[in-house]
Amino acid sequence: MTPAVGRALGGLASGLLFGAGLVVSGMTDPANVLGFLDVFGRWDPKLAFVMLGAIVVHALALRVLARRPAPWLGAAYSVLPPPRIDGRLVLGSLVFGVGWGLSGYCPGPAIASLPAAGARGLAFVASLAAGQGVVLGLDGLGSWAWRDTSASRG
Amino acid sequence: MASVAGVGGAVLGGALIGLAASLLWALNGRRAGVSGIVGGLLQPVRGETEWQGAFLLGLVLAGLVGTLVAPSAFGSSPLTLGPLVLAGLLVGAGTRLSGGCTSGHGVCGISRGSRRSIVATVTFMASAVATVAVVRALGGVP
Repeated sequence: MTPAVGRALGGLASGLLFGAGLVVSGMTDPANVLGFLDVFGRWDPKLAFVMLGAIVVHALALRVLARRPAPWLGAAYSVLPPPRIDGRLVLGSLVFGVGWGLSGYCPGPAIASLPAAGARGLAFVASLAAGQGVVLGLDGLGSWAWRDTSASRG
Repeated sequence: MASVAGVGGAVLGGALIGLAASLLWALNGRRAGVSGIVGGLLQPVRGETEWQGAFLLGLVLAGLVGTLVAPSAFGSSPLTLGPLVLAGLLVGAGTRLSGGCTSGHGVCGISRGSRRSIVATVTFMASAVATVAVVRALGGVP
């Protein structure tokens, strides 16, 4: 097994588990997501428990894994540039929140819903990719007014 | 298996998501941020494309199995096609600007205690809550 095949299998296993988590938690149903966001209506706290479960498990695992000098199948852990808290981070988060609040879909659940959601699901994921493409295109122009400070791939 | 299992299903599903992120870090040394993985495929980097494509394939396959064993776990967005496409554009542009979404900032970043990710998560949550409140005020059903 070449390293590239191993890493692809690692990606596949993680994606399968991630998708299973989204289905089990009900996050593939936009009604559950919109219920959480409907703070001034009929609030449904489920999403907070999903986040809590994910963060507790991942934070503990990261502590354990911190002793390992390198990942099992890769040369090195990915390192992000120094984090920046700036206008781009806040503007992007605001824009993402509007799209999320309107649709009830963030990227993970939208992609896991592709088999169930038919043409509408495909239209959402295609437009998501197009929206990313617009920003990547503007970043590629490298204008002084448009610098990519996002510094993370999350 | 029912997605409607309430708090128990939410915690269990969340734990699976945390496990998935931990697996990707342990094996590949990469963060399980879905918007970042999509962005990576749009701007391919040698050696990364294979696992990124495989991760998204895994998400879709899990969704496929889910539709067979737990069809009630899937719902439909309340939007008609035009607004749905607009929302998709906003989600795509916003996550690329901010460098992460619910998984990258919300799960992976917060698990690391990243202040940047905490700011992002608080901001997109507040923005989404405000959006739902406005939709409700305008007479829509969120």
